[in-house]
Amino acid sequence: MYEGVVQDLIDELGRLPGVGPKSAQRIAFHILQADPADVRRLTHVLAEVKDKVRFCTVCGNVAQAERCRVCQDPRRDPAVICVVEEPKDVVAIERTREFRGRYHILGGAISPIEGVGPDDLRIRELLARLADGTVTELILATDPNLEGEATATYLARMVKPMGLKVTRLASGLPVGGDLEYADEVTLGRAFEGRRLLDV
Amino acid sequence: MHVSHLSLADFRSYARVEVPLDPGVTTFIGSNGQGKTNLVEAIGYLATLSSHRVAADAPLVRLGADRAVIRAAITHGERQQLIEFEINPGKANRARINRSSQVRPRDVLGILRTVLFAPEDLALIKGDPSERRRFLDELIIVRSPRMAGVRQDYDRVLKQRNTLLKSAALARRHGGRRGAPTTTKSIEADLSTLDVWDQHLARTGAELLTQRHALIAALQPLTDKAYEQLAPGGGPVGLDYRGSAGDSPHHGVPGTFGASREQLYELLLGALADARKQEIERGVTLVGPHRDDLLLKLGELPAKGYASHGESWSLALALRLASYDLLRAEGESGEGGEPVLILDDVFAELDTRRRDRLAELVAPGEQVLVTAAVDEDVPGVLTGARCTVYNGRVERT
Ligand SMILES: Nc1ncnc2c1ncn2[C@@H]1O[C@H](COP(=O)(O)OP(=O)(O)OP(=O)(O)O)[C@@H](O)[C@H]1O
Ligand SMILES: [Mg+2]
Ligand SMILES: [Zn+2]
Repeated sequence: MYEGVVQDLIDELGRLPGVGPKSAQRIAFHILQADPADVRRLTHVLAEVKDKVRFCTVCGNVAQAERCRVCQDPRRDPAVICVVEEPKDVVAIERTREFRGRYHILGGAISPIEGVGPDDLRIRELLARLADGTVTELILATDPNLEGEATATYLARMVKPMGLKVTRLASGLPVGGDLEYADEVTLGRAFEGRRLLDV
Repeated sequence: MHVSHLSLADFRSYARVEVPLDPGVTTFIGSNGQGKTNLVEAIGYLATLSSHRVAADAPLVRLGADRAVIRAAITHGERQQLIEFEINPGKANRARINRSSQVRPRDVLGILRTVLFAPEDLALIKGDPSERRRFLDELIIVRSPRMAGVRQDYDRVLKQRNTLLKSAALARRHGGRRGAPTTTKSIEADLSTLDVWDQHLARTGAELLTQRHALIAALQPLTDKAYEQLAPGGGPVGLDYRGSAGDSPHHGVPGTFGASREQLYELLLGALADARKQEIERGVTLVGPHRDDLLLKLGELPAKGYASHGESWSLALALRLASYDLLRAEGESGEGGEPVLILDDVFAELDTRRRDRLAELVAPGEQVLVTAAVDEDVPGVLTGARCTVYNGRVERT
């Protein structure tokens, strides 16, 4: 244990995803020894990101305004919605330049082990977006692992009565992985070869 | 195929050891506790990614070390492949093939095929159903490494589904809401996902069942033959699959043994629907391959609870010999190659007659690795290289 505020810093850092106790300690000492200007810049963006960045009221993506860039862009096809787990998946898909529709970010995947059920995801918001009939195709681009598949199956069953075209990204994505780690070519191909999902 | 070199670092009692190996028979001799089993256990681990002695990885790492490394060179015809496997208990294991960059641990499966005989095999006959399920699934994965992924998915669905059922059961008992009073979400919404988990359980479960059925059909005549060779006149041996979803011919659903994957999928879905009410009450998945058993019979009687000690031993050996026959036959026609035979301390447990029979049956194997505490236990037909194991040192004699 270190004294007071140093230990506080280590504890706070240790709460971040993917940062274990050893890394937390290393980062803390890096900060202690860093140039004060660098640290001020870091605290500044941390504060700013919390103040200025919000979540798009339509799709749930990160946004600087009430709506995100994609939702504001009139050239994006409002008839097609691609459903993903996290904002970082949007970044991965945008890189492929294959997709010209809009997004919906769920905020995770169904996983009882992690205590995540349908009520914890932005599913109600999705159903609301589908209500007026503008959307004709739903692309389910949840991660190609078990929880992602289960979430896709769940959504496909939910929207079935609405008579939409529901598709799932083609296989070929590394199974068991995260969407964000798929390379652009593979992900682009998966988009082109998406298949109808029947449940 | 054969293992041409084994190298261990911080595995079990070995800080470091290098063991060059030849095809044919190699016998490891040494008194109790010197590290004979540890050597062959490492080879078996590379083939199945689990030990034949312990369920967890932690005991495999030398006391005081953080991780164990097993390296082996596998020669298969003209080709040589190098496997390097790092066991990191509590963390992700790491694997490399042919000094490439890191691969997924399970990508190692299929490169080295082994059939391992050990005193622990008696549990196949006398132990819990989980022992027999493990026997079947390990062999399935050796035959078809892709099934490791299916098996992993099945276990994961099961864990998800059980967690969901358990929280539902708790909520029911405590009046409709679960966990902390601050959570307002209802368990009903979570339960609405049960159909989805059923679907995935049935999909992966049906795939596993199809493979188990096929395996049992292939093993049945081979086990019967092997038993006859070890203990003439003692059979016939019966292998019956006992499915929790009623998919055994003995459960009044004729013909489901060997049914198609689609039929098994429907069968599992139906059985899950029937069991749902009970599952929510008890908070656990009651139907699926994880609840099934392989019923072994000698003549008309079940082996478990009826067979004598000697009969049980012969049956366990017969199952392993049948596995070897099956893999060898498939290896000749396909990519696999003949499996490496490992006999860990089995001769000491057998009478002279069965000892000699077993030795004759395995002696022609491409590579046979034998451990024994004393020379005299090893039948004469198993001639070949001899290594003494003493206090963590392995020496060719
Ligand atoms: N993780 C570990 N760290 C250090 N030593 C270990 C570890 N696991 C096992 N051992 C030691 O290894 C020895 C057992 O080795 P092994 O099982 O290979 O013996 P063996 O030569 O096969 O003996 P036997 O003839 O009785 O079967 C024991 O003395 C045990 O204490
Ligand atoms: Mg031993
Ligand atoms: Zn948006």
